[in-house]
Amino acid sequence: MTTISTTPPSWLAAKRKAARALNTEVWLMRGLILLSGAFLVTFVLLPLYELIRRSMENRQGEFVGLENYLQYFSTPALAQSFANSLYISAMSTLITVTLAFVFAYALTRTCMPFKNVLRTLALLPIFAPSLLHGIAFIYLFGNQGIFTNGVFNFLLRLIGGYDIRAVPPLPFEIQFNINLYKEPTGIILAEVFYLFPHVLLILMVALSLADARLYEAATALRASRWRTFLTVTLPGARYGIISACFVAFTLVITDFGIPKVIGDGVSVLATDIYKQVIGQQNFFMGSTVSVLLLTPTIIGFAIDRFAQRRQVAMLSARAVPYQPKPNPTLDRLMLAFCILVVLAILLVIGTALIASVVNVWPYRLELSGRHYDFSKVAGGGLDAYWNSLRMAGLTAVFGTIIVFVSAYMIEKGRGLGKTRAALYFLSTLPVALPGLVLGLAYIFFFNRPANPLYFLYGTMPILVLSTIVHFYTVSFFTATTALKQMDREFEAVSASLAVPFYRTFWRVTVPVSLPAILEIGIYYFVNALTTVSAVIFLYSANLKLASIMIVNMDDAGDTAPAAAMSMLLFFTGIGVRLLYELVTRGLKQRTQVWRQR
Amino acid sequence: MDEPRPTPYLQIRHLRKTFRTFVALEDISLEVYPGEFICFLGPSGCGKTTLLRCIAGLEEQDAGEIIQDGRDISRLPASQRDFGIVFQSYALFPNLTAAKNIAYGLENMKLPRAQIQARVQELLELVGLSDFAHKYPAQLSGGQQQRVALARALALSPGLLLLDEPLSALDARVRAGLRTELALLQRRIGVTTIMVTHDQEEALTLADRIVVMDHGTIQQIGTPHEVYRYPRTPFVANFIGEMNFLVGVVAGQGWVQCGAHQLRVSRLNGLAQGTSVKLAIRPEDIVIPTAAPAENTLSARVQHHEFLGAFYRLRLAAEELNFILDLPMAQARDLDLTRQDLLPVHLPADFLHVYPS
Repeated sequence: MTTISTTPPSWLAAKRKAARALNTEVWLMRGLILLSGAFLVTFVLLPLYELIRRSMENRQGEFVGLENYLQYFSTPALAQSFANSLYISAMSTLITVTLAFVFAYALTRTCMPFKNVLRTLALLPIFAPSLLHGIAFIYLFGNQGIFTNGVFNFLLRLIGGYDIRAVPPLPFEIQFNINLYKEPTGIILAEVFYLFPHVLLILMVALSLADARLYEAATALRASRWRTFLTVTLPGARYGIISACFVAFTLVITDFGIPKVIGDGVSVLATDIYKQVIGQQNFFMGSTVSVLLLTPTIIGFAIDRFAQRRQVAMLSARAVPYQPKPNPTLDRLMLAFCILVVLAILLVIGTALIASVVNVWPYRLELSGRHYDFSKVAGGGLDAYWNSLRMAGLTAVFGTIIVFVSAYMIEKGRGLGKTRAALYFLSTLPVALPGLVLGLAYIFFFNRPANPLYFLYGTMPILVLSTIVHFYTVSFFTATTALKQMDREFEAVSASLAVPFYRTFWRVTVPVSLPAILEIGIYYFVNALTTVSAVIFLYSANLKLASIMIVNMDDAGDTAPAAAMSMLLFFTGIGVRLLYELVTRGLKQRTQVWRQR
Repeated sequence: MDEPRPTPYLQIRHLRKTFRTFVALEDISLEVYPGEFICFLGPSGCGKTTLLRCIAGLEEQDAGEIIQDGRDISRLPASQRDFGIVFQSYALFPNLTAAKNIAYGLENMKLPRAQIQARVQELLELVGLSDFAHKYPAQLSGGQQQRVALARALALSPGLLLLDEPLSALDARVRAGLRTELALLQRRIGVTTIMVTHDQEEALTLADRIVVMDHGTIQQIGTPHEVYRYPRTPFVANFIGEMNFLVGVVAGQGWVQCGAHQLRVSRLNGLAQGTSVKLAIRPEDIVIPTAAPAENTLSARVQHHEFLGAFYRLRLAAEELNFILDLPMAQARDLDLTRQDLLPVHLPADFLHVYPS
């Protein structure tokens, strides 16, 4: 006979007591939702408002409406960079999305061999700052570039260690000049390399989800391969393609590194902002250009949001995963294509690597570690590198905490429904904010003694906070996706057991989302390490960062040390990723036992 | 109501809930007595789950009151109400073992460890899962997961147990077994229980009383026998069990004209002569008389027959009236259905329900 029917009085009393404590829980949840809101308003909305306000003021701080904009467009040189920016972004997006789509198709839909190796190599550039591609392009296509002076010429010297003057003209040669500094071609090509891994990641996800039954139906209806591709594969991936285009376009138009390094003769919006602010101390025009830079990204953002909203679950629970079937001709063709792409990627990174370890490019190609000694060049020596590591570490820790807690409040919180919907929108907004724009907005907002947060200006916290906001949206989506996969009723069950939400958050939500949380951490770390754009307006003379040092060294003509520092960041990123894989494998084995059946 | 009923454990008064313009619940009033097993039954979208979630405090009603055990809980958050709940998905914490899931609420109360362990052991025995205490949810079958969720819901000895379609995620055979277990368990511990289901069989077998719902309103409250035998509206009649509907007009006191036929009915519910009505009769209530034809007997043509194991289902037409009749196997053996063309069928007046149409 059990005693279940009678409620032991001690429990009832205990439950009542626990329940009373829950009154504070309700307030705690509201408090946290409002705190997330305060964070987003303070670090996204208000700086942005300040920026737009300043773009409508003159030097004396008087409101002048759209006068600055009119002035901008009536200055031919400036208006030209607006056109350049659009052209370069559109071309790089078109080329990259096409190439990456074929690459992603090969990885997900064919039986091509060596998929893992090819994927890993293709994704390598994600660890490189965009500056590295710019620098590599100088070594490839610049005045002393390999292609400019002839490939065989270069190889001969590299192998033989000859002095350039000793080499007689060769009878045959691969040699061409793309006029790197004067034409947009160089920037476009360099951007393609920078974009490729980012776009590839998105398209791989888009193409990896496919319902085999649709393909079986197409076969049963005797649709040709080409028709199947057009009517099943492409529509299935269309939202991924839209998303990839948006990400690619935004990354290019807001990229500062590549045009800064190689675009002397080709002005774009991103470098204009820098020139206006740093070069001419013209903050008003800087903010005007910033708002202009904001327009296409906001439009792209709106299109992407609209497309995502229309995307209904293409993959129902009943879908059968698609398994590619061998097709020797296609597989071989795809393999050849992918090897070519990977070779090109390795060529670019390899060039930067070689340039950083030889004595004097291209005259004395013997090995030398002297470019890795940063004490004699412009910048701050290795201190900047350590600062970068510290900044990346802090960003990873605090960024992950802020993003995950905030995403949890927005996704699983109760009450304040309209506020949470508004916060969701605010969380998606930073992806449309170029780093330079964000940095400039922060100057305007925080560098005012009237602002109670003025003390942050020029400190490590503002570098960390700006980086957290800069890479907020992608992290937020990672967190939200993980949270959405969790049973909607966990919170309800907890409430029925009089368990406060923060206990369930800590005991269930966090452990179950651990893979996503770690992923956010590493994403923040790698990006914080290589970012230039937001922090270039915010660092102070005694708090230099490695990525900014690269810009300064390049400016000062120390290209080889700049390449060396780029490589150092690149290998640090890879090293941290490997370390992360190692640590998390152990961690996952201990904490994720429950995933095994 | 001859004998006085005990004080209700749960009272719901004039509850109303809307989602923007959609009215999910409209003037719901209901009393639940201590120890009762109540089923909310209805098609999807009828508001039954919303009603359950209002009782739990997971949704807030626009108007109306909920009183549990003499306490007005209408505006209390879920965490301050006294209930245990099992969801359709079970919502078991995937990273905690069965024992840890059950102990989840107990641990929060800062009870002595030994007391928690004893309680968890007791609950595991109650649901027959003592050997699975240290398994994770992913390592348990659907039925086992459901029982862990039940044990977890009962851990704090709640005054009210809420079940939101707890059996619908299981396959048919497991479902039938668990249904019986659930009924026995509930009788044993005597906890007042409300279950939401869209499965009439579940409701009929488990419930002390069924609350039939449609479009956010209560259509009928009654014992399984009452709602089956005396459905108050055509919706209830149609939703629970099989039902034939015939269209007719009240012809006089106790008579309804159905096409060419005059049928006697026992209860006209005060409908005036000339009112258009719907007559309803269950297929198993129609009989093939062996004796001489009496009133309410028609001559019907067999159009089709289906073999359904325990009985034959005949599709009949008596001039313009179409209906189905369930013929028990024993009787069907005596009739040669392949040869019978015209059959006499009797529609007993007591089993003919009349609804205004």
